[in-house]
Amino acid sequence: MSKEYQGVLTFAQQVDGEISGVSLELIGKARDLAHDLNTQVTALLLGSGVRPLAQTLVEYGADRVIVVDDKALATYTTEPYTQAMTDVINEYKPEIVLVGATAIGRDLGPRVAGRVHTGLTADCTKLEIEPETHAFHMTRPAFGGNLMATIICPEHRPQMATVRPGVMVREIRDAARQGEIVDFLWTAKENACYVQVEDVIKKVSKKIDIQAAKILVAGGRGVGSGENFQLLQDLADAIGGEVASSRAAVDAGWQEKDRQVGQTGKTVRPNLYFACGISGAIQHMAGMEESDYIVAINKDPDAPIFGVADVGIVGDLFKIVPKLTEEIRAYRQQQA
Amino acid sequence: MNIVVCIKQVPDTNEVRIDPVRGTLIREGVPTIMNPDDKAGLEAALRLKDEMGAKVSVISMGPMQADLVLREALAMGADEAYLVTDRAFGGADTWATSCTLAAAISKMDYDLIITGRQAIDGDTAQVGPEIAEHLQIPNISYAEAVRVEGDEVVVKRQYEDRYHTVRAKMPALLTALSELNDPRYMTPGGIFDAFREKTVTIWTRADVPVDDGNIGLNGSPTRVFRSFPKTVKAPGMKIEEGVDESVQFVMDKLREKYIL
Repeated sequence: MSKEYQGVLTFAQQVDGEISGVSLELIGKARDLAHDLNTQVTALLLGSGVRPLAQTLVEYGADRVIVVDDKALATYTTEPYTQAMTDVINEYKPEIVLVGATAIGRDLGPRVAGRVHTGLTADCTKLEIEPETHAFHMTRPAFGGNLMATIICPEHRPQMATVRPGVMVREIRDAARQGEIVDFLWTAKENACYVQVEDVIKKVSKKIDIQAAKILVAGGRGVGSGENFQLLQDLADAIGGEVASSRAAVDAGWQEKDRQVGQTGKTVRPNLYFACGISGAIQHMAGMEESDYIVAINKDPDAPIFGVADVGIVGDLFKIVPKLTEEIRAYRQQQA
Repeated sequence: MNIVVCIKQVPDTNEVRIDPVRGTLIREGVPTIMNPDDKAGLEAALRLKDEMGAKVSVISMGPMQADLVLREALAMGADEAYLVTDRAFGGADTWATSCTLAAAISKMDYDLIITGRQAIDGDTAQVGPEIAEHLQIPNISYAEAVRVEGDEVVVKRQYEDRYHTVRAKMPALLTALSELNDPRYMTPGGIFDAFREKTVTIWTRADVPVDDGNIGLNGSPTRVFRSFPKTVKAPGMKIEEGVDESVQFVMDKLREKYIL
């Protein structure tokens, strides 16, 4: 492959002027890749009035930030973002492009890959440079997480991948880090692909995002009802965690979709994960098995969840969870 | 109004098992189904047809067996069905698949194209937006509600923490979430018609106006380098004791790990 294409470009997603967590995680991963390729990390920041965010991206590890600041990019829509990203790719010719597998990135990524005619590997969980050939290996789950596949993109550049939030690890912020900030001159071109956003309705949630929580108390079908989730909430309150859910409990209407862990929900890696009444469908485990410590409570001794649990309790969650809550409260009081 | 719905026949991934020795999928005995997001997309199309009148055509790319999901779509109420099938299209990644489908759709009349957000076997969510790119029409991903007003489509578009109400001039493509609706069942009369009266039009390589360089394995920018079963970490301890003992065990472990 020609040396015309060089460097790692990450899409620095921001919404309402706030950098999305996955953007920083991508920079963290890009640093590893750039190290192995002996090249540089460039973050691409698109939006309106977002230039002040560029320095933050430098402090998290970007060697260079390309800013496209334009009113057409104020609220995300597919076409102007695709144009801006494509123009930057055509100008700077990165070897690798990383995009967060968010509701924005999974829309923007394929549209950009389609426009620049290259491959895009979705929802990668592992990205590596093969030491001898410098080939980019993109590994992702397939068939609902039953199988892992390593994908390559040998003939086309850039090699593009999306990465789910919570999978990669961001670097520690360093205010002393220096980087170049480039203002990219850009104007939107008219075509038939534009849409209008008429309204933005934010979902109100006072809860902490489960991806940010250090401790999660997750419930599944075995919890039995929405009301019963109160037992899990009590445990979460006692230990200082958040309630999460399997897909079954979301489909049953017991929990909101934003609480869902797994293949079609969120990927989490908390310090402690309680799986209560969750049998452990492979799709669920794909979203939580990287947790530091997993405690599973299930009455079925053969539940697959015990295969990934550090501690598996075979028993009745309706007895064990309240008792555990009580013990933790007592312990906390004694410590205070 | 002409609506084209893209449908994929997929293995029911809840039923898929891995051969632990060879590390390959065991497909034998695994039922195939209409991909759930696609089925929601079809239902959305059929509701627009019920409300305002429309011709609903379904299209699938795959082996001859995919005839079955197209018949299912006809039995649910679709008017026409097309199967794009040829060895030359085999081994396609999302780029080659979307090029092929876009070329096939370009032969049809369409105001609205609906695809599922993603298929449960690949989970890429790429083919819908890429079809729109090849046809140079707008796409709206993650649709949770859809209505048509004149020559425009209005979509409630889902994000992690918000919705956008998005309006696009047709022709346009949207990708459907399974949250969009509860798909209807096939009717007995519909099943009868789908298998006895209606036809599935077969389009092979010669019927699809697409470059050789953009189809099948050779037209695919990506390759599977290798596939392997997921490595599972060694299981930890499993306790089958009474409530008090179990709780005490967890408490000890949490203290030992400095979590408490």
